[in-house]
Amino acid sequence: METKLLTEFYHLDEFRTLAGYKKHGGYETLKKALKMQPQQITDEVKASGLRGRGGAGFPTGMKWGFLPKNNEPRYLLCNADEGEPGTFKDRLMMERAPHQLIEGMIISGYAIGSKKGYIYIRGEYFYPISVVQEALKEAYAAGLLGKNIMGSGLDFDLDVYSGAGAYICGEETGMISSLEGLKGQPKLKPPFPAVQGYLRKPTIVNNVETLAAVVPIIKDGAAAYKKFGTEKSAGTKLFSLSGNVVRPGNYEVNLAYPLKDLIYGLGGGMRPGRKLKAVIPGGSSAPVLTAEEAERATMDYECLAGMGSMLGSGAVIVIDDSQCMVDMLGVLTHFYHHESCGQCTPCREGTGWLNKVVHSILEGRGRLQDIELLLKVADNMKGRTICALSDAAALPVLSFVTKFRDEFEFYVREGRSKVRGVRHAEMHH
Amino acid sequence: MFQLSTEGLQKVKSELTRYEDKMSAIIPALAIAQKENKGWVTDEVVQHLSQVMDIPTSRINEVFKFYTMFNQKPVGKFHVQVCTNISCALNNSRELADHLCKELKIGFDQITEDGKYTISRVECLGSCGTAPMMQVNETYHENLTPESAMNILRGLR
Repeated sequence: METKLLTEFYHLDEFRTLAGYKKHGGYETLKKALKMQPQQITDEVKASGLRGRGGAGFPTGMKWGFLPKNNEPRYLLCNADEGEPGTFKDRLMMERAPHQLIEGMIISGYAIGSKKGYIYIRGEYFYPISVVQEALKEAYAAGLLGKNIMGSGLDFDLDVYSGAGAYICGEETGMISSLEGLKGQPKLKPPFPAVQGYLRKPTIVNNVETLAAVVPIIKDGAAAYKKFGTEKSAGTKLFSLSGNVVRPGNYEVNLAYPLKDLIYGLGGGMRPGRKLKAVIPGGSSAPVLTAEEAERATMDYECLAGMGSMLGSGAVIVIDDSQCMVDMLGVLTHFYHHESCGQCTPCREGTGWLNKVVHSILEGRGRLQDIELLLKVADNMKGRTICALSDAAALPVLSFVTKFRDEFEFYVREGRSKVRGVRHAEMHH
Repeated sequence: MFQLSTEGLQKVKSELTRYEDKMSAIIPALAIAQKENKGWVTDEVVQHLSQVMDIPTSRINEVFKFYTMFNQKPVGKFHVQVCTNISCALNNSRELADHLCKELKIGFDQITEDGKYTISRVECLGSCGTAPMMQVNETYHENLTPESAMNILRGLR
């Protein structure tokens, strides 16, 4: 069953307008927050156990706590560069509830002492961008943004920045580079953005869902929020369910929700005649789970980490027994090779080699030693670069090859797919 | 010689002062200019933006070449981008993309003789729960079949 803390009114078209949002309690929490001290808000967010919903799962309150304790100007950036394959929740949140995000950002901006925020939305999201822009207009007109918000003396400006197509801009320092009008290349940390971010000023980057979750946390308090989920994985989370499942879609459930209930309950299970083969539980970068592992997984940070995978962005990609794992890995290696920003050698070269080797197998030119080669190259790409893209490219390779080795060996030996019986005639990209 | 329209010029100028730093205007300016140049960016476009914005061409080029939404080659009036990443591939998007090319008698990233269509394969567009999908210029079309996709394309004017 879903727990609709954030998404309760998403089915109502009116919820995207200011009037409709207000009708269902919208901006009441901002009113409450403005009567609190900024530090109280940060403490509440810390106490709630909220962790970044974009992928890394870093504790939000702790991130805010890294800001310098002075009056230096600082920025709040909303990461809406949703690009992790399998993820489509931020799009839903912006399309259905732009004011929830805006309210979360005003409260968060007040908490961290920021006067200026940007919502960085991926450029392909033309429609979500238009919905958020319209909502910003409404909020300005109603005195919820700009100078002296609700007569409280608080000033906060918010604008949208549209990206232009680059997965790497979802990495927070890559996003900052992009907002600065540069190639979206990540920056070496430290300094962390909280100390030196956008235009070298202290900057907090939080995901759409993270900022929206600040609203219920301040509305009902940290203790109420912690009733959902577990001690280390508090609250609810939107999971984007996709792939070979009957009812794909976004589902908001308590963290630690059983993966099998997500797939077979909410998701309606497998299509007729098909069996579950594998699940990628947290976006394409998360190591794949076998069907047997998926049976016992719960959707929280600690369970998935314990299984050698991760919760990531909450994108659950379901793969059934009609699919060839060599073929699917080829899709992923192509993606990471395309998206590597090119500045670190292990990633730039490694993603290219992984893609070439997987595709040589797919084209029937594979050698048995290529399987070891894949593992070796992937292993060498881990922990050696400025950002996590290199690791993200290596992890699917390591998990696909290790857990579905028989499919790779069969393909090399026979020159065709064990599942589909055929050879992939050409690179599908 | 490429020149922004009066309206386009106005938009670029307002982008120059919209953000904390002028350089942030490069991406939006390229998007505005591309739209006015039949969907792609040429050297002339970059030179014109360089003059209008007082930013070196090398600086604009570096941004232009990095982001996939800026086209370095001409595209048809309707640029059809089919997602072939994993969730869509699991729902036969690659076969869909092949089908569109076959029906329109073109290869990927080519333009049909009448100048109307270009089919490209692209990475995840955040439409994974409604796969397979295609983006036609600025609009998403979701839950497609080869037939419904072709019907949509044939209906475009």
